[in-house]
Amino acid sequence: MEFEMDTYKSEIKPTWCPGCGDFAVLRSLQTAVHALQLEPWNVVIVSGIGCSSNLPHFLSTYGFHSIHGRAVPIAEGIKLANPELNVLVTGGDGDGYGIGVGHFIHAMRRNFDITYLVMNNQIYGLTTGQASPTSEMGMKTKSTPIEGVIENPIDPISLALASGATYVARCFSGDVKTMAELVKGGIQHKGFALIDCLSPCVTYNKINTYDFFRERVYDLAKEGHDPSDMKAAFARAIEWPATQRDRIPLGLFYRNPKVPTYEDLEIAFRKGPPVKQPLGVENPDELMAEFL
Amino acid sequence: MFKGEFPTPEDRMGGISMAKNDLALRVGGAAGDGVSSTAESFAKISARSGLHTWTYSSYQSVIRGGHVWTQVRGGLEPLLSHGGDPDVVLCLNQQTMDVHQADVLEGGAIIYDVDGVKPDSTKVRKGVRLLGIPLRKKAQTLSPNALMRNTVALGAAVHLFDMDFRHVESAFKDIWGDKKPEIAEQNLKAAQLGAEAVKAMGGSLQLGLKYSNEPKYLMTGNEAISLGALAAGVKFLAQYPMTPASSILHWMAVHGPKYGVVVKQVEDELAAMNMTVGAGFAGVRAMTATSGGGFSLMVEAIGQAGMTETPLVAILVQRSGPSTGLPTKTEQGDLNLALGAGQGDWPRAILAPRNPEECFRLTAQAFNLAEIYQTPIIVMSDLYLGEGFRTVEKFDFNVPIVRGMMATDGGVGNAKEYKRYQITDSGVSPRALPGTKGFQHVAATDEHMESSELISDVLSGLPEFVEERRKMHEKRMRKLEGLRKDTPPPEMWGSKNADLTLIVWGSTWGAAHEAIREVEAQDGVKVNSLEFPTIFPFHADATQKLLRGVKQSLAVEGNYTGQFSRLLRAETGYKPDHFYGRYDGEPFASRDIADKILEVVA
Repeated sequence: MEFEMDTYKSEIKPTWCPGCGDFAVLRSLQTAVHALQLEPWNVVIVSGIGCSSNLPHFLSTYGFHSIHGRAVPIAEGIKLANPELNVLVTGGDGDGYGIGVGHFIHAMRRNFDITYLVMNNQIYGLTTGQASPTSEMGMKTKSTPIEGVIENPIDPISLALASGATYVARCFSGDVKTMAELVKGGIQHKGFALIDCLSPCVTYNKINTYDFFRERVYDLAKEGHDPSDMKAAFARAIEWPATQRDRIPLGLFYRNPKVPTYEDLEIAFRKGPPVKQPLGVENPDELMAEFL
Repeated sequence: MFKGEFPTPEDRMGGISMAKNDLALRVGGAAGDGVSSTAESFAKISARSGLHTWTYSSYQSVIRGGHVWTQVRGGLEPLLSHGGDPDVVLCLNQQTMDVHQADVLEGGAIIYDVDGVKPDSTKVRKGVRLLGIPLRKKAQTLSPNALMRNTVALGAAVHLFDMDFRHVESAFKDIWGDKKPEIAEQNLKAAQLGAEAVKAMGGSLQLGLKYSNEPKYLMTGNEAISLGALAAGVKFLAQYPMTPASSILHWMAVHGPKYGVVVKQVEDELAAMNMTVGAGFAGVRAMTATSGGGFSLMVEAIGQAGMTETPLVAILVQRSGPSTGLPTKTEQGDLNLALGAGQGDWPRAILAPRNPEECFRLTAQAFNLAEIYQTPIIVMSDLYLGEGFRTVEKFDFNVPIVRGMMATDGGVGNAKEYKRYQITDSGVSPRALPGTKGFQHVAATDEHMESSELISDVLSGLPEFVEERRKMHEKRMRKLEGLRKDTPPPEMWGSKNADLTLIVWGSTWGAAHEAIREVEAQDGVKVNSLEFPTIFPFHADATQKLLRGVKQSLAVEGNYTGQFSRLLRAETGYKPDHFYGRYDGEPFASRDIADKILEVVA
């Protein structure tokens, strides 16, 4: 192999709390890009704001650590300028399912060839413990101290299925090996891949802990789920959090490689990547003639 | 560093005399009546007759109904505004008659459908001919399509102005082309019916204009901006529809792909600006366009581009605010927004073209500035300039393209030691584009070191990093010095030793110059004007030099608070003696500025 595992690591040490679920996501991502032997200079990792959004600094690829909730459109812009790059987005549930949820939905319906890892810890960590869009009903946080959360949580899996994502998976920081496989599958997939990573916050979320998940998760593949079946995927998706909290499905819910990507359909790409096109206008007289 | 060339106002002023050497047609009706297409056809006919042409559309935020009108002015000499009262009004409904009949100049005419529209002869000026023509009935002798009545009326107008009918034919060919030649043919016949009706009712107005019939280029400011962007090699446009910027999206959607430009309508202006940032980071010349409301949504993201040192161009075509305001009306009320967009200080340039030629040149220049200084450049226009049609001289597409310092340029550095945010005297650090082997880095919106490692998280406040932050912030802000050198300086136009100096920016230029011509010729008052193609970084020294000879000044701006006047005062200490603000949605009329001048110098 040309690139060692360490090739993908930067000199910057993660600033996460000891035990944070995000370490597993970082490790999985590193494992996946290593397994695929991606050239680090042809990978761009875009993030927003939040604990998890510091991730690009810890790898040796290109990165864009953007503003809160806008990582997805930044990634789309990068992809539209240079479709030859491998573009990934990493961020948290507040970033992707809260402030940035509009972009998230539109990116999925466009089926951009982008892989999105959401480190979902069901809490706002960096702002020290407020409710997030995936916090469970009744959860007491700094911003919901009396009666707890009184809103239904976002269900990212159903949302992704309904919005047109063509690779939809959920994984858990307690199982790096499976997570790395799902991330690798997402990168290889041509189209929008959402990977919802259950990534416990050991500091601010005392409910959805490693133990909480270990007691509840099960593997979709082992129960014979067929990821090419969208109806079955929806049926599995609504198991949690929509209808119960005792069993939480993990693994690949849905994959459809046959849907054309945005890049396949973009008319300007017929000339090749825009970043490689010559600048200026060769036939100005022809252009000006339209105004005569 | 290069300097763009700017058309001197003298170039465009030519020798306008006060004799009748122009014409104006006003077309009015309800939205959906075909007002704008009729007026646009006439504008094309005017430009092809060899007239300098200028249009202004007064329309409303409605698809059907309401009252809309467009004025098309044509002149033998270069024009500076859409003019005042028209020679001919073409009424497509009664309301147009009611609103505009009194405006028609002596010796002019009103064209209307005698079946349904009635003039009030007590309200029109003397010698105005009331040409009631059965427009619809005539049209229906050719086709059941009721909109052909506009064509009958258009033909009547063309005949009133003694214009060559071959331009009518060519205009229709452009619209219906090879695909529907029979419709073009039918419309030509309808226009001829209109002309014949006028012949039978006393013939043309006999204005005596000598048409050269040498066609001129006719376009809007928004089209000129789009052309400037193409000339500079734009490869990415993300935009959310918003009047009056939408026509940039429309034009680019048609023409962009041919030049390898990705044109993307997105879910909102947050996405538009962020995608533009992403595209700029990835190495293409990227732009977005919007009006004030959309720009308000972009402010966090444009500040992000300032912080991450990402090149991009933002086009801000102003309309009347605040909030949704008057979506189809003009204003210059977004200057404070552009100056203050984004939290914290970050280096930006704001350019304000005065006319389509400057829309073209300054937009092209904006892309160079954006890449040389790796920061957003804002080009500010407004509805009056953006949507109005103007004739222009042929653009020179051979614009300089300067892409700024790249890490891979010879001798700049090597991959191992590469620091994306290297501190330099100019404040500019060499860029490396994703895909470049060995120069990997993270663009960071948090405060960072030269390497792009964050200061914000575990280092801020430590003495060494207090210093680091200060240095990094100063590095970014140093770009303003270069931007000031590379942007066009203010210009003083007109008489030396003037009694009064106008202070204007953006599209107000035209009406201001026309007003100066008027008062100098008719009232013997000497007036000049101080103009600012660059709003920011402010050229304070150059401005102060130009202000030295100013006896008295009148700032003319399309807003209430004098946003530019306040900037001028903040930067130079100079307070204009008088202020004329317009914020009723209408563009400045030269007559109004002339009246204000006379009031001030009286």
